[in-house]
Amino acid sequence: MIELTNVHKAFGPKRVLDGVNLTINRGESMVIIGGSGTGKSVLLKCILGLMVQDSGSITLDGEDTSKVERDAFLARFGMLFQGGALFDSLPVWQNVAFRLLRGSLAKPKEEAREIAIEKLRRVGLTPDVADLFPAELSGGMQKRVGLARAIAAEPEIIFFDEPTTGLDPIMSGVINDLIREIVVEMGATAMTITHDMSSVRVIADHVAMLHAGKIQWTGPVGDMDNSGDPYVAQFISGSAEGPIEAVR
Amino acid sequence: MNAVTKPLATIGRVTLGFLALIGRVAIFAGQSIAHIVRPPFYPREFLTAILNIGYFSLPVVGLTAIFTGAALALQIYSGGQRFSAEAVVPQIVAIGMVRELGPVLVGLMIAARVTSSIAAEIATMKVTEQIDALVTLSTHPMKYLTAPRVLAATLVVPLLVGIGDVIGIMGGFLVGTKQLGFAIGPYLNNTWNFLEMSDIVSSLIKGAAFGFIAAVMGCYHGMRSGRGAQGVGRATKTSVEAAAVLILAANFLLTSFFFAT
Repeated sequence: MIELTNVHKAFGPKRVLDGVNLTINRGESMVIIGGSGTGKSVLLKCILGLMVQDSGSITLDGEDTSKVERDAFLARFGMLFQGGALFDSLPVWQNVAFRLLRGSLAKPKEEAREIAIEKLRRVGLTPDVADLFPAELSGGMQKRVGLARAIAAEPEIIFFDEPTTGLDPIMSGVINDLIREIVVEMGATAMTITHDMSSVRVIADHVAMLHAGKIQWTGPVGDMDNSGDPYVAQFISGSAEGPIEAVR
Repeated sequence: MNAVTKPLATIGRVTLGFLALIGRVAIFAGQSIAHIVRPPFYPREFLTAILNIGYFSLPVVGLTAIFTGAALALQIYSGGQRFSAEAVVPQIVAIGMVRELGPVLVGLMIAARVTSSIAAEIATMKVTEQIDALVTLSTHPMKYLTAPRVLAATLVVPLLVGIGDVIGIMGGFLVGTKQLGFAIGPYLNNTWNFLEMSDIVSSLIKGAAFGFIAAVMGCYHGMRSGRGAQGVGRATKTSVEAAAVLILAANFLLTSFFFAT
């Protein structure tokens, strides 16, 4: 279980997170929604330790994430980055098997390659992609490779940062379905940040809306349309009229 | 704040900023060394860095050295004529290339070619979240990116300097024997007999220091890059400027240390 209590983070005078309280239960798929620049990525990076919160606590299974052993902590996570964040200098299979080729999870090269190819198949890519370089792939293929890398070491917790940004609706649907299937199949805890409502409906068990540095509303995805919260209602409808200012 | 204290405040702010920068760079350099000596090690990245910094720099180092050595021979001959000292061309070319021009020119070429490339690569990795991805994959970015490059540059640049010294002397030799009428045997003898081991050792030590500076500056500015294309461009430019200035400053300090006695 991931628990955030009164988490604050500011950049200079700008308060991005202003007392975030959120619980993500084991095996649950939580989707964080919110407008651009509302701190969704910052929240995710604070959990992973890529950024340090100014105050408040973040715990994983009751342990303060700032005090745990970093390698063991990170070994429990997989992450799909918004732009893929694939390493340009490495072929696809070495990107996917990155964690399996070095560090505490290192395996023999042949075995790591086999696992990479199996994960590529799992995300709908053929083995001939394995020896290409990321620059030779389309945006959708890069996302799939990023997804394969995120699941390569069978993590307990997977984070997805804007998984469908920049993709056409069909490819977005494919990625959403893949994420849902993989999360269910692996029994992983998932946290996705997005402003794509079609992703929310496919991926989420629970939804939390981040606005003005706080969790504005949280609940099961089934309750989202009837939340009674004007912020959530405006966000879902995409209307310029409502409590969320269109010009930020 | 009045007209008297305002300039003082500005001077103070700039001085403090500069001191803070020196502190940050020194800490970064210290961390780089710590990551070089502590496992895990990444031999593949180290070998790739050896190739990129060493092997692929050979053409530019060779061309720079040969033309510099040739021009140096012409200058010494022409200047030496003023006081009937044309005969010292082999000796001065040798000492000039080995003690000074070889290490400095190779250092500056490495700053232009390697520092810029390291800074641009790491800065691009930063803005495309590849550095964050490394962290999430339980890989320390300084260990994976900085340590292999800094170690490779520190080991390989002295070799490049040695090669540059030899090629530079050859440039002077070609001009001396083909254009200025020196005999081959005496030219080579004068070159070889005049050089001392301390000249060669100082040249190689300078090379190691310049290689270290070039790689650390590339990595430091790459890691601290701002966002977007502008951030990458600024990191690249600043890294080359800083490396070039630091190499020249280090050259003065090392020359003072080795020869100002």
